[in-house]
Amino acid sequence: MKLKDRNLLGIETLDPAEIDLILNTAVPFKQMFTRSVKKVPTLRGKTVVNLFYEPSTRTRASFELAEKRLSADVLNISVATSSVVKGESLIDTAKTIEAMKADFVVIRHSMAGAPHLLARTINASIINAGDGMHEHPTQALLDLFTIREKKGRIEKLNVVIVGDILHSRVARSNIWGLNKMGAKVTVVGPVTLIPSHIEDLKVKVSHKLEEVLPEADVIYVLRMQRERQKQHLFPSLREYSELYGVDMDKLAKCKKDVIVMHPGPMNRGIEISSEVADSSYSVITEQVTNGIAVRMAVLYLLGGGAENVEGAE
Amino acid sequence: MTNLYRTKKVIMTKAEIAIAIKRLALEIVEKNHGTKDLAIIGIRTRGVFLAERLSAEIKKISKKTMPIGVLDITLYRDDFTSLSEMPVVKETQIPFVIDDKKIILVDDVLFTGRTIRAALDEIIDFGRPQSIQLAVLIDRGHRELPIQADFVAKTFKTALTEMISVNFQEIDNNDQVTLNDKVS
Repeated sequence: MKLKDRNLLGIETLDPAEIDLILNTAVPFKQMFTRSVKKVPTLRGKTVVNLFYEPSTRTRASFELAEKRLSADVLNISVATSSVVKGESLIDTAKTIEAMKADFVVIRHSMAGAPHLLARTINASIINAGDGMHEHPTQALLDLFTIREKKGRIEKLNVVIVGDILHSRVARSNIWGLNKMGAKVTVVGPVTLIPSHIEDLKVKVSHKLEEVLPEADVIYVLRMQRERQKQHLFPSLREYSELYGVDMDKLAKCKKDVIVMHPGPMNRGIEISSEVADSSYSVITEQVTNGIAVRMAVLYLLGGGAENVEGAE
Repeated sequence: MTNLYRTKKVIMTKAEIAIAIKRLALEIVEKNHGTKDLAIIGIRTRGVFLAERLSAEIKKISKKTMPIGVLDITLYRDDFTSLSEMPVVKETQIPFVIDDKKIILVDDVLFTGRTIRAALDEIIDFGRPQSIQLAVLIDRGHRELPIQADFVAKTFKTALTEMISVNFQEIDNNDQVTLNDKVS
């Protein structure tokens, strides 16, 4: 069993068996974290370039740790955040990386499709670490892993994703992933932050969080970016917090074994209250640990010798 | 692209395997002057069943239970660049501190020695055992590394084209070791 593509560009193109393979492979990697030497020689001699066109602390740190724990050589390239990167310059950067004989490129970019462009341009395996408002596949995989670990299954669970669905690549990757694994997804948020036709992705839509909470097995809280308010997408952070922020009062309406997830970084007191974030319902720090294991699994599964890469142009 | 194999000869029967494991257990206890500090680690997949049976025999002899672990050497292989498909990774479970233990490393067949090399590297990542001793059911020769077993139930000369297949009740529904020939 192997992954069909030598790149991980998104969840949309994976089939359930491939997602299962990644999640199963992550289990022994997570178990490895309990050892005194948290490192295996598997990717010795391979080079990974982390190419980040957007600021990121946890995703980049998580990838870097995953790469180092597999003994790969790691190169971090962070590109100034303010510059608008044109197609040509991305291709030029890619060509430079290609000349450095990188085996993997982990890319985050503010433009949807940037990883796909890179995949068409160079021979290295490309891993999408977030492209615009499109996908963030490793985030969704670590979320699926966490849900499966905590709940024992993903199938038939009711997952509520609450917040800014419109701008969220995390939401999109999770919707695809959760649907493929048989969960029932409901997205909740203000009308202005839910894209029209989102129902086409086979999700239920609600604008009233409290109505969907009693059925929820998992509450997935998205980060509310403060600048959205300046775009007049909702009247005030306080109102948002009142209606859609997850606090102990709202949790009281949920099942006893509900879990609360958040991709980080959190705005405490806005989309999630401090009490909830630090409660036993929260699996947020577990998500971080699982992120490393899942990224190791992805690197491992994409890491078969370059000589064997089929279909490389 | 799996090769088909045909059974040429039965090398060990169920009864012979049982006697061989008993003998291995005796040898291990004898050489180590008892079971003090002993721990046993089986290499996935069939080394694990052999390790479990050895541990049961040693318990019969010494009335002592030793800690037992499972090793998956996949991540320590030296042939990733020549594989077309990444092998399935399973869990390594060593639920005891290996520092200062005398580790009995167990595998079913000793062949090139590469699996043992990988296993040694992985064990060392868990700590510093007092010693590591290797116990195998079959030594079929053709070593590619300077590795030898401390305890061998049966040495059997083979051709490189042949394959030794060890079957255990726990996974294969019978106890038997066979010599097989490539058909195609």
